[in-house]
Amino acid sequence: MNERDLRGLLDQVKAGRMARRAFVRRLAAVGLTAPMATQLLALSGVAMAQPKSTYKPTKRGGGGLLKVLWWQGPTLLNPHFAVGTKDQDGSRLFYEPLARWDRDGNLQPVLAETIPGREDGTLAADGKSVTWKLKKGVRWHDGQPLTADDVVFTWEYARDPATATLTSGSYKNVTVEKVDQHTVTVKFPGATPFWADAFVAAAGCIIPRHLFADYIGGKSREAPTNLKPVGTGPYMFKDFKPGDLVSGVINPNYHQDNKPYFDAIEMKGGGDAVSAARAVLQSGEYDYAWNMQVEDEILSRLEKGGKGKVVISPGGNIEHIQLNNTDPWTEVDGERSSIKTKHPTLSDPAVRRALSLLVDKASVEKHIYGRTGIATANFINNPKRFVSTTTKYEFNVDKAIDILEKAGWKKGGDGIREKDGKKLKLVYQTSINQPRQKNQAIVKQAAQKAGIDIELKSVTASVFFSSDVANPDTYTKFYCDLQMYTTTMTQPDPEVFMLQFTSAEVATKANKWQGRNITRWRNKEYDDNYTASQSELDPVKRAAMLIKANEMVVNNVVVIPVVSRPGVAAMTSKLNASISGWDNNTWDLSDWYKDA
Amino acid sequence: MNRQYIIRRILIAIPSLLGISVILFGVLAMAPGDPFEELATNPAIPPEVRQALRAKFGLDDPVWQRYVHWLSAMVQGDWGFSFQSRMDVDMLILQRLPVTLIVIGASQILAISVAIPVGVLAAIRPYSIFDQIASTFAMIGFSLPTFFTGLVLILVFSIQLDWLPFVYRADVDATGWAFYWEHIKQSIMPVIVLGLAQAGALVRFMRSSVLDVIRLDYVTTARSKGIGERKVIVRHVVRNALIPIVTLVALQLPAVFGGAIVTEQIFRVPGIGSLLIAAILANDTPVVMGVTFVFACLVVLFNLIADILYGWLDPRISFR
Repeated sequence: MNERDLRGLLDQVKAGRMARRAFVRRLAAVGLTAPMATQLLALSGVAMAQPKSTYKPTKRGGGGLLKVLWWQGPTLLNPHFAVGTKDQDGSRLFYEPLARWDRDGNLQPVLAETIPGREDGTLAADGKSVTWKLKKGVRWHDGQPLTADDVVFTWEYARDPATATLTSGSYKNVTVEKVDQHTVTVKFPGATPFWADAFVAAAGCIIPRHLFADYIGGKSREAPTNLKPVGTGPYMFKDFKPGDLVSGVINPNYHQDNKPYFDAIEMKGGGDAVSAARAVLQSGEYDYAWNMQVEDEILSRLEKGGKGKVVISPGGNIEHIQLNNTDPWTEVDGERSSIKTKHPTLSDPAVRRALSLLVDKASVEKHIYGRTGIATANFINNPKRFVSTTTKYEFNVDKAIDILEKAGWKKGGDGIREKDGKKLKLVYQTSINQPRQKNQAIVKQAAQKAGIDIELKSVTASVFFSSDVANPDTYTKFYCDLQMYTTTMTQPDPEVFMLQFTSAEVATKANKWQGRNITRWRNKEYDDNYTASQSELDPVKRAAMLIKANEMVVNNVVVIPVVSRPGVAAMTSKLNASISGWDNNTWDLSDWYKDA
Repeated sequence: MNRQYIIRRILIAIPSLLGISVILFGVLAMAPGDPFEELATNPAIPPEVRQALRAKFGLDDPVWQRYVHWLSAMVQGDWGFSFQSRMDVDMLILQRLPVTLIVIGASQILAISVAIPVGVLAAIRPYSIFDQIASTFAMIGFSLPTFFTGLVLILVFSIQLDWLPFVYRADVDATGWAFYWEHIKQSIMPVIVLGLAQAGALVRFMRSSVLDVIRLDYVTTARSKGIGERKVIVRHVVRNALIPIVTLVALQLPAVFGGAIVTEQIFRVPGIGSLLIAAILANDTPVVMGVTFVFACLVVLFNLIADILYGWLDPRISFR
C-alpha cells in the first residue's frame, strides 16, 4: 500500500464514508499494526476514540493511605527545578500539566478541556500555533481559581534564564498569549509539527502565579512554595523531608469526580532497589515501588510469593553501542576524536557491518536483562507509529567473518585481522554497572572468534556521565573506539531524540563537548531528511521521515542498538495503576485505586 | 569543673575543624562528577541549561575561591544551600539530626547497659560457662559488619516472621500510645544492629578492665575490711574499671556514626547518615560539607565530654 492509497483511505474515514474499525482492519491486512493505524487516524485529525475508563470507585476517598516507595526520594518539589524523574514524580502529586501522555503515547487532557486539534482550529493549519482551552472551575489547593494567567506565568517563569529552571528548553523558543480567562495560545517561531511540548507532561506542570510571582528570576530559590507546593493535583501537601518523605492528603475539591480514591499518600525515599522490591512484592509493607533496577531473575522469584506484580511499561530508553567515526588515538588541535580525522578501521563499512553481527542481543536479553531489556534492531522502539518494520538484527559469527574476508581483512599471525598494516584492535568502554560489564564480555568473546581484538574499559558512572571538560573519560569526549550506554527518549515523539545524529550537533572541543552527536557521524542525506521532518506538517509523511532517520542510523551501523529498556515498577496485586513510559510514574495518580 | 580548661579545649578544636574542612573540600573538588549528571543523557534538556546551572552555583570557579566563599559564609552562620534540593543545608540537617541522635543514643544506651553487667559478671567468674558464652557472643557481635546483621534481621523478622517493619517512617500516622509503639517497633532492628555491634567490643574491654582492677591490693583490702561483695564490686571495682571504658565509648563514637550511615541506608532511617550518602552520590558539595562538619563537631564534643567524665570518675586526673 503506498502513500496515496493510505491517504485516500484516511480521507474516506474523515468524511465518514468508512468506519474506523474497517480502516484499521484494512491496514492490518497489509501488515500495519492496529496501534499504528489508530495513530495515523489520530495524527490526521480524526478524533481519537477515548479509551474506556477502567476507574471503578464511585466516590471520592475511602481508600486509606497509599504507601509508595521511591528508593531515591524526591529532593525538591518544584516541577521546574526537578533534576531527575524522582523529583518530577514527587512534584506531580501536587501539580498537573494541561495534558499528559498515556502508555501508548497518546495525549490525554488534564487541566485542558480538550486536546487541541485541526478540526476546531485550535491547532493552526500552518503549524505555527496551538490554542489550549482550560478546564473551567479548577481551583488551586488554596482556593484560588486556575486561570490563563497562571499558564502564561508558568511560561514566563520557566523561560527566564535567571530562574534557572530545567524545563526552559520547552519554553524558551515559544511565546504564550492569553486569549481570555480560560484560553491561551502558544506561538512557535516556525511550522512545528510536534506542538505538544510546552505545558504537557513532566515539563508542563502549571504553577500558581499568585504564589510565585514575587519569586521569579534570581529570587526563585527563596519562594516558600518551593517547599510547600500548592497545585491543582489530587493530593494536597502535608509534609516534605528532602530525600526521605513526601506526604499529601486528599484534595476534597479535586476537579475530577470521584477521584482520588486514597485519603492520603506517603512517598518514602531512600534505601536500595532490591529491598524496595521486597517491601512491595514480599512483605507487602508498601503498595508501589518505582524504577526496579533489579535483575529480572530476582524479581521473578519475589513475584512468586503472590503478594505483588511487576509492571513493565514500554518507553524510549535504548541501551546501544556507539561506533566512533573519528580517530580517538590521534590528537589534532588539542583534542582526540576530532572531526578532522577518520577512524582507521571503523570507517570501513564492512567492519561496522561485521561488528553489528557480533552482538548477541538475544543472549543479552535472555541472560542479563530478562523482561527489563528487550533485544531490538532499532534505535527508535516506541511508540509504534515511529517504529521501522524493515530492520532486522542477527547474531552470526560466520557471516561476520565472511564479510571481513571479502573486504580484505586477513588474519595475522596473532589471530587478529589486519589490512594495510592496520589491525582490528578496538577499545570498548562503558560505565561501571554489572549488566554492562557482562554485556561487554559477550561482545568481546564473539569478536575474538571473528578475529577482532576488543579491549574492555569501564569507567565509573560519575566520571563517564559528567560534564567535566578536563576529564578524558567522559562519554561525550568518546576517546575510545566503541562505547555503550542508555539514552532516553522522554517524549513519544522522536524529533528531539534524533537530533543526536545531525552534523551540526557534533561534540567538539569548540563546543566544550556539549554537542549531542557523540558518534561524530556526518551524513548530508540524514541532515536534509531531518531538517525536512522538523517542519513537515503532514503527520504521515513526517512519521515516514523519522522512520527513515532511524533506518539510516541502523543500516549504516552508526550505532548498534542492543536492548530497549522499558520502565519497571512493582505493585501489590490489589493496586490498579497504569504506568506510562512517556510521562512520570505518577502521571495518573488520580486514577489509582485498590480492589476491595 | 575548670571553665578555662573547657574554653581552651574548644579553642584548640577550631584549627582541627578548619583542617578537616580544607581536606574535605579539596577531596570533593578533586572527585569527578557534578550534581547535574542526571541531565546528561536526557535529550530534552539542552546542554546550555546544565552550563547555566553550573555557572549559577559557582561550580566553574577555581577551587580555592569556592572554599573561601564557603568558609566565609559558614563563619557567618550561612551553611549554603543544597544543589539538589535548593534548600538550606542547616535546615536539611536539623530535619534529620534528631532521628540520628535518637537511634544512636538508644543504641549506645543498649550497648552500655548490656556490656557493663555482662562484662563485670564475666570477669568476676573468669572462664566460667557464662564467661565462655559471653565471650563467644561478643566475638560474633563485633566481627559481623552491620550491613550483614541488618540484612539477616530483615530476612528473619520482617520477611519470614513478618513481626517488624523494615522501612523506617518518620511520620507515623498515630497518636498516643500507638504512636510510641509504632516508633519503638520500627526502631528495634536498627538499634539492635548498631547497639550489639558496639556491645560486643565493650564487653571484651569491660571484662579485661575489671580483671585488671579486681586483683589490685585495695580491692583485697576492701574485702578484708568486711565490706559486702556486691558493694566491693560496685563501689570499688566497677568505678575504677570504667575509666578506660569511658574513653573507649567516646573515641568509638565516630565509628558508631560511620556504622549508623550504613544502618540508616539499610533501614531507610532518615538520619544525617543517609543524607550524607545521598549527597555524596549526587555530588552535592554543600550538604556533604555540612554533614561532615556536624560529624566532626560531634567527635570533638564527645572527646571533651570524655575528658570531663574522667575528672568525675577519678578526681586525681586534674585539668590544667
